[in-house]
Amino acid sequence: MRYGTRLAVGPVQFRIGSDWAAPIAALNRLYAGYPRDEDRPADATVRLFAARPWRRRLRPSVQIGGDFTVPDALPLPLSMGLLAAEMGMNLQVALGWRRHLLLHASAVAKDGRAAILSGESGSGKSTLAALLGEDGWRLMGDEFTLVDPASGDALAFPRAVSLKNAAIAEVAARVDPARLGPLLAGTPKGDIRHLIPRADAVAAMHDPVRPALLLFPRFGGEAAVEPMGEGEAFVRLTEASTNYVALGETGFAALLRLVRETPAFAVSYPDSATGMALVDRLWAEAAR
Amino acid sequence: MSAVRDLVALLAGRQDPAALAPRAWDGVISVARAEALLGTLACRLAEAPLPPPVAALFADQRAAVAVAQAQALWEAEMARRALTSERLEFVLLKGTAYAAAGLSCSEGRQIGDLDILIPWHEVGRVENELLESGWEWVKSDPYDDAYYREHMHELPPMIHRSRDRMIDVHHTILPRTHRRTPDPLVLVSEAVATADGFTVLCPVDMVCHCAAHLLADGDLQGGLRNLWDFHCLTRDFAAADPDFWDRLAARADKHELGPEVARAARLAQALYGATLPAGWSQPRAADRLYVRRLLARDDWGRPTDFLLQQAFYIRSHWMRMPPVLLARHLWTKWRRNQ
Repeated sequence: MRYGTRLAVGPVQFRIGSDWAAPIAALNRLYAGYPRDEDRPADATVRLFAARPWRRRLRPSVQIGGDFTVPDALPLPLSMGLLAAEMGMNLQVALGWRRHLLLHASAVAKDGRAAILSGESGSGKSTLAALLGEDGWRLMGDEFTLVDPASGDALAFPRAVSLKNAAIAEVAARVDPARLGPLLAGTPKGDIRHLIPRADAVAAMHDPVRPALLLFPRFGGEAAVEPMGEGEAFVRLTEASTNYVALGETGFAALLRLVRETPAFAVSYPDSATGMALVDRLWAEAAR
Repeated sequence: MSAVRDLVALLAGRQDPAALAPRAWDGVISVARAEALLGTLACRLAEAPLPPPVAALFADQRAAVAVAQAQALWEAEMARRALTSERLEFVLLKGTAYAAAGLSCSEGRQIGDLDILIPWHEVGRVENELLESGWEWVKSDPYDDAYYREHMHELPPMIHRSRDRMIDVHHTILPRTHRRTPDPLVLVSEAVATADGFTVLCPVDMVCHCAAHLLADGDLQGGLRNLWDFHCLTRDFAAADPDFWDRLAARADKHELGPEVARAARLAQALYGATLPAGWSQPRAADRLYVRRLLARDDWGRPTDFLLQQAFYIRSHWMRMPPVLLARHLWTKWRRNQ
């Protein structure tokens, strides 16, 4: 393809090709601080291309492709090329990665142990993880957390955090503007702005950590903490995993170990400050 | 060399994996994924010296294929439990059959739907048993349903309600309206048992079906994988039976598949370096087009050679049904899409 770049997020090496320069330049800026190995073969290929040749220049729209594609995926305008790249990368990991149990969850770590936050979009798991990452925690990832079936450890996938809507202002107020990507307004997922993780989080991205806390956050409503049984945590996480079925017995054993060894809580919170305080409180109790 | 040629040469054993440039693996992996051959390649190169990231990715693929094959065989077992209670017997086809019979082409092979073959007169009973055992129709469009039943070699696809797996129930191996009409009675009556008590086509029929699937029943999408099946099957069967190629030729004639089997053999020789007996390798002019079609992928895994692909697409329909029927079918489909 005409333009391309290679980058590694956690254990995954991506090759990203594009018909346009802009999405590649935007990616290279977001991932400038990540370790690069130009000679490492790619685990996954993403392609950003014009669905029709004339769509390269005339009202350019970006079709998301790669090793894995979803049929009927709608193209995005070129101004949202960065979002297209992010969606393409997520898709390859969600459908193709087999080395680890893949949880659709954010995670933060402290003292070599991890808190994993699982929830649907809108639960606030990304925002909470991003804020905790600015507040003494190591951000492991806002979208995927990988569990190593052999060791039971959690592995980071610290892609650029995808901040949405109200979370943009909330996080922007606390970080150096140089760590923010361009504002992508009015995308199908609302307003989006990417946050580059702190340099220490990127530098530590290959360090495995032991899961210590499983949280199922829910944004909205009164502050509440409800202990969750192993069975419910297990079922919820099977739904939050894109490769649980494909991994077969390995995935079952990894997930079973995770819920058996890690205390789990459902957490409701009305605002981020309360959410962070609840995480800190549960962490202090779990660490005892 | 292009990535697709590297892939073919790696499978054939012509390309030394250690001599491949690190970045050349990008394209090989993408093309192998697009051709459903990544697991096959991972098994083929299990002992080869590879760059560590490639070795790790291939180990993942081998583990994933082992799980997927166990799941595919479990699905065959589910069909057996549903059908044998009514004394209905069936023959496994394609990927599941290769895995059930432990054939070398199943090493690393992706398996899609469960394909089974049953005698024509049992179609109604099999359909009922499957519906009672949790399978249901994938789509309930009356035209498609009637089309399948009148003209095709299989029932409309069914999917299992709780396991989410598809089953294709065949009563022969090519559409009923196809220019070639294999003999389904022979296929069923000469099928053989595997060690686990499943039934698969006998070697010559299995190869005929593989060639029909590759060359007569579609536009050669996924052709490299089907050709790899053909190559491994013929190599192993010929090693076990010195008369295999002669018996294959006779059986192919019986099924009206002589040209397809012969062409598949020549393509396996051209791409995977198959050894053919005397008389099998006179090249035909059109073989070059087939090779080009099979290799029509760029280093990003994208299909190339659009016109040639379209030509093969049209050819596949031309072979599948007579012109009047084809015209009526396309007309109906077009009108419905308006």
